[in-house]
Amino acid sequence: MWRVGAAIVMLAITAALVGPWLTPYDAADQQLSARLDGPSIAHLCGLDELGRDVTSRVLAGARVSLLVGLSVVSTSALIGLMLGGIAGYFGGWLDDAISRLIDVLMAFPGILLAIALVAVLGPSLTNVVVALSSIGWVGYARLVRGQVLRAREFEFVHAARVLGARVPRILARHVLPAVLPAVVVQASLGMAGAIIAEASLSFLGLGVQAPTASWGTMLAGGRGHLLDAPHLTVFPGVAIALLVLGFNFLGDGLRDLVDQRHSTY
Amino acid sequence: MWHYLLRRLALTVPVLLGVATLVFLLIHLVPGDPAQAMLGDGAAPQDVSALRTRLGLDQPLLVQYAQFLRGSSRGDLGLSLRTGQPVLSAIGDRLPATAELALSAMMVALLVALPLGVAAAVWRGTVVDHAAMTASLAGISIPNFWLGPMMAIVFAVQLGWLPVSGRGTWAHLVLPSATLGAALAAILARMTRSSVLEELREPYVLAARARGASRARAVWRHAFRNSLVPVVTVVGLQFGSVLTGAIITETIFSWPGVGRLLIQSINFRDYPMVQGCILLIAITYVAVNLLTDLLYGWLDPRIRLA
Repeated sequence: MWRVGAAIVMLAITAALVGPWLTPYDAADQQLSARLDGPSIAHLCGLDELGRDVTSRVLAGARVSLLVGLSVVSTSALIGLMLGGIAGYFGGWLDDAISRLIDVLMAFPGILLAIALVAVLGPSLTNVVVALSSIGWVGYARLVRGQVLRAREFEFVHAARVLGARVPRILARHVLPAVLPAVVVQASLGMAGAIIAEASLSFLGLGVQAPTASWGTMLAGGRGHLLDAPHLTVFPGVAIALLVLGFNFLGDGLRDLVDQRHSTY
Repeated sequence: MWHYLLRRLALTVPVLLGVATLVFLLIHLVPGDPAQAMLGDGAAPQDVSALRTRLGLDQPLLVQYAQFLRGSSRGDLGLSLRTGQPVLSAIGDRLPATAELALSAMMVALLVALPLGVAAAVWRGTVVDHAAMTASLAGISIPNFWLGPMMAIVFAVQLGWLPVSGRGTWAHLVLPSATLGAALAAILARMTRSSVLEELREPYVLAARARGASRARAVWRHAFRNSLVPVVTVVGLQFGSVLTGAIITETIFSWPGVGRLLIQSINFRDYPMVQGCILLIAITYVAVNLLTDLLYGWLDPRIRLA
């Protein structure tokens, strides 16, 4: 199934990159006389409440979703790698302090803390990335801490220490390669989580703001037109579900691959 | 068991303190003057100053923190800026609606997931298994803010069977609880499948069959009962997703719960209410996790002795 996932993800990335050349309409162009028109040959996914082409906006939304996903996942993974690595390798009071911080942040369910942060910082694309990254790193740190605790007991790590290698070198050359596969799996599944979280925040009016196209804001706009223009709800939703499914397939496949490698040790 | 209970309770105290600290700090993350932000740019300086004094924002940070902790421990979370109602009382008015939605969503999830997971395990590798697991993967991938409107289009708009929003009758509960329960059902179905599969490989199932127990009896009376322990844990751990999912589901279906109150308060910049809602949701989550751990420790002695 990971091949299906990879294909969906590649398709989404390509569509996001070449989106502006795929449709003849700009995502912000308005045709007020044709507002809420359903799907047709000229507008494959119809027009929204301001007469904007839904296909163009779905493609523009893909760019936002992938950009947010990539920013959140890379920032979270980097912070998680650093803090989890420090906690796992050095132990002691550093481990205690970082672990307690992780415990506290894990006490907030799902995206509640992100909602709280965006509520005070104000709704914007940057604040969404900041809010999601500030909770996203926790999962990576916990994973990395566990992996480093295991990796630091490997014989080759002991050997490097005995040979006089310095800590940064041991971490970078010996521990990191052992930890990285699990982080890549988490990152792939994390992309799905970040895309849904961004769309959720935007749907609630706390994320990307109009006129920027985002799947969440498109769905929020479609709520008022369930009766007369269901296409406003159908197409952005299908796009989110497909992309999330793609990253979930990919993550599951990568996890199986990593598990297989570990079981052969 | 008492030793385990006390140790687990002791571990909860610093977590709750940390949660309260983060919620307290939220208001200080507001760019600029929080009182100005709450009243808007056009507010008169004397009104801003009065609000600053009322919220204690003119006090040193440590004094504010001590007052916040003292107030929270007594259940005094301040007054709503919008309605003037005590925050705890406003949340208390909305809590039954959220509890009703969360519990019915969990019931829906269990009713769907358990038979689906068991069927997938018993008929492993067949069309039933593939269909059940594909459906569960779709359930995980479809966001509830899309599933809800889609179900509303079909069951409320086109078929006219159910009301599209509001609270009051059983019919009002169907679409919100199905929307909220779908993702949990998907996760539980996968968990039940793997848990039942593991139990079906155990020698006691073979022994039951050897003693003449029918296949159905071996599955339901032996394997299924023992597979429930990890499933119960997942139900507890997923409670947080149900709580945050409720925020979105309540917004979609205009369900008058704590989640909708939170979003309305954010839109009105009613920060005392925002803090109260977040604190209450986080404390509920910590309490449910604690209960799950205790239940797990009670069900499996190896956990409490570890």
